[in-house]
Amino acid sequence: MATVELSPPDVVIRGRKVVGGVAEGEALVTSQTISGWGGINSLTGEVIENHHELKGISFAGKILVFPGAKGSSGWSGAFHTTRLKGNAPLAMLYSVTTTKAALGAVVMRIPTITDFDADPLTLIATGDRVRVDADAGEIQIWKADK
Amino acid sequence: MVQLTGEEQAMLDGAQGAAVAKAMDLLVRYAEALGAEDFVYTDNVAGVPGSSPQWVKDHYAADGGDYRAVFSRFDLDSDEVVDVPRMTGFSCHLQGGMDPDQWQAMGMTEEAFANFRADEAEVAGHGIQVMKTCTPYLAGNVPVMGEHCAWMESSAVVFANSVIGARTNCEGRESTSAAMLAKRVPNWGFHKDEFRKGQHAIDVGVPVDSIFEWGLLGYFTGAAVEDTIPVLDGQISAPSLIKHKHFGAASASSGGVEMYHMVGITPEAPTREVAFGGADRGERFAYGADQRRATYERLNSIGSSEAVDYVMLGCPHASIDQLAEIARLLEGRRVHENSALWVFTSRAVKATAVASGHAAAIERAGGRLLTDTCSAISQAVPPGTRVAAFDSAKQAHYLPQMMNIEGWFGTTQDCIDAACTAVWKGRLD
Repeated sequence: MATVELSPPDVVIRGRKVVGGVAEGEALVTSQTISGWGGINSLTGEVIENHHELKGISFAGKILVFPGAKGSSGWSGAFHTTRLKGNAPLAMLYSVTTTKAALGAVVMRIPTITDFDADPLTLIATGDRVRVDADAGEIQIWKADK
Repeated sequence: MVQLTGEEQAMLDGAQGAAVAKAMDLLVRYAEALGAEDFVYTDNVAGVPGSSPQWVKDHYAADGGDYRAVFSRFDLDSDEVVDVPRMTGFSCHLQGGMDPDQWQAMGMTEEAFANFRADEAEVAGHGIQVMKTCTPYLAGNVPVMGEHCAWMESSAVVFANSVIGARTNCEGRESTSAAMLAKRVPNWGFHKDEFRKGQHAIDVGVPVDSIFEWGLLGYFTGAAVEDTIPVLDGQISAPSLIKHKHFGAASASSGGVEMYHMVGITPEAPTREVAFGGADRGERFAYGADQRRATYERLNSIGSSEAVDYVMLGCPHASIDQLAEIARLLEGRRVHENSALWVFTSRAVKATAVASGHAAAIERAGGRLLTDTCSAISQAVPPGTRVAAFDSAKQAHYLPQMMNIEGWFGTTQDCIDAACTAVWKGRLD
């Protein structure tokens, strides 16, 4: 019997490698930008920002799909700290390049892609299975809601 | 691929030692993540090099668990521990974790203070200026127009780009620590002319004057334009330094504004056309009475109890004129027994406040004048704090969610009144 991973993906998106590597896991998607320092608990990976749609939810071990970074210059340091605690995202897909998000991806050393040929925020939903091959610049998506 | 000069390639290859090589390695990875084509030289770097709480040092126990280990493994993201030489570039340490004299009043332990002292000795020993402030431009590091910098601290970055016309991205801890050694940052973003042009317009339709009003406008602006560059025009008149400080800090917190233009006011916006680099583009956001009220209500939506037990001023760190104003507002009054007043500034500005009598005036009224940090950075509030009040939209944005307390945002006068009565009476006129 074919596993879900062996079935062809429902959607494929291409983009530019930010940090190389391959990761596969469950997507956590937000249409809102994320603050690092002061916006997340850097020990647990939980979003703590008031009014944020992910407030109370952790990105640890998830493929984090988000528009980009905002807020404090402590963004990379806060996300870097999640790596020390084993609570970094598995991979990141962001739409808008900022120094915060790019440096955060580098020091977390997780596969990261940006500059997409299609919008991951509309094509990926929380809970979808996603394979990020940053070296090839390819994102494969298996929809959860089929 | 990022193009390296001969000197940069030699640094990467180890010609200036292992630490510089690791710094260049990190900067190359960072430049490629950004899609930068080359580097820009910088001799003005502000960050938080190597400072860490004890648990981070303990995390690197196998590597020695000391400053060297943290600087190598965390700051330079190096797999190996390297000897860290004196920094070659003009390097400054921004805000830190506690007041160097009043740490006990902040609830810090002997162990945490010993760790703070040890880190500070290392920072000074590595040729880094111990500024310990989020406002380096008020404490001895004022870049000039066009100067390429590598600064952390979103409120300082937006000030440097917008008010001074210096050029810096919102750098992080790791990139600034690397730049202190390599004197390079990726030539991307705000280092380039075309990146510095306005992207959206904010039409200000109500008068904006006090730091309270500038904070509201900043918070609105960040929420409207997120991480892009706004061009403000309309009922704004030449803001003083502290008004820029509060506007920029608020816009960087609610959005991610790293540069703004004010037509006829900021140096790269002599005209609307120059600010946009041509005709208007992007969206036009109107800031009128309705938007002003909605912004005020959003900032105050985290307050319900009016029993204020903590007032925090000095975010970003208070300037000398703000300390003079706070001392004046406290004249003949005392902080209420059910409340506390902590005012934060830099060591440099505090020295002037001591000489001018403002420090004594604040202390005589029962307040504390603290340096180096703030409640958000140190995660320290007076014991039992449940409801805080601020004159900074930035602090109102961050501290309540970090400390799980209620918060109010108002004028400096509202805050002093709350400190002296333990009751919040702030209202929008």
